[in-house]
Amino acid sequence: MNLNQIIKEINCNIITGEIQNINNFTRACSSDLMSDVLAFIKDDHTLLITGLCNQQVIRTAEMIDLKLIIFVRGKKPTEDIIEMADENDIILLSTNISMFDATGILYQKGMRGIRV
Amino acid sequence: MKFEYTISNLNFSTAGEASSNIKKVLKLLGIDSKIIRRAAIATYEAEINIAIHSHGGKIILYIEEDSIKITAIDKGPGIENIELAMKEGYSTATHEIREMGFGAGMGLPNIKKCSNEFSITSEFGKYTKLEITIFI
Repeated sequence: MNLNQIIKEINCNIITGEIQNINNFTRACSSDLMSDVLAFIKDDHTLLITGLCNQQVIRTAEMIDLKLIIFVRGKKPTEDIIEMADENDIILLSTNISMFDATGILYQKGMRGIRV
Repeated sequence: MKFEYTISNLNFSTAGEASSNIKKVLKLLGIDSKIIRRAAIATYEAEINIAIHSHGGKIILYIEEDSIKITAIDKGPGIENIELAMKEGYSTATHEIREMGFGAGMGLPNIKKCSNEFSITSEFGKYTKLEITIFI
């Protein structure tokens, strides 16, 4: 799925990042546990769906070269978190719906989970 | 080449700065991205461990011709039962740490998986030392 489709399907606000239609995401990982994110995400076309909203989410994404994080349940990162994402070219989106719903909607549209 | 980083146990939000720096150094040296990824994950988990479990410590990165060596050493309190600490899912982390996305007992097993050679030594009450080697 490309970024514009994702934004439309789960009604995201763009927090930061350059939105280009060329971004192609094939897999998603929904988790609040960063150790699992570090252990299981294997490629950088994966996006992260999380309700956790702190600096370590951005650090985790940086370590494994993730380019897109979607915060669910209306979570809004603080300025320092946004700055950290900008430094690492990570796009941040936010949606008011739950992790379960966001995951389910994207799955219906063809997105798949990570291989464990 | 040797790089040394002091890791504080006082500020969880800054944890990861050393790993971020190490990742940039490895990138600048043109090391293969899959190797960098393994080194980054191992270093970051080790850094988080120092920040959440210890009284502070340091991470030392050695880059050699055929390997990356990462040593993470802290000032205690040490691990009472290493075998138990290495078990996936075992953790002594507090509820607060779990709420921050860590402390699920995955850190040490993750580090081991990313390493070609891995050793952990600890003296209860004194220190814990991890030695991680990743072949380039």
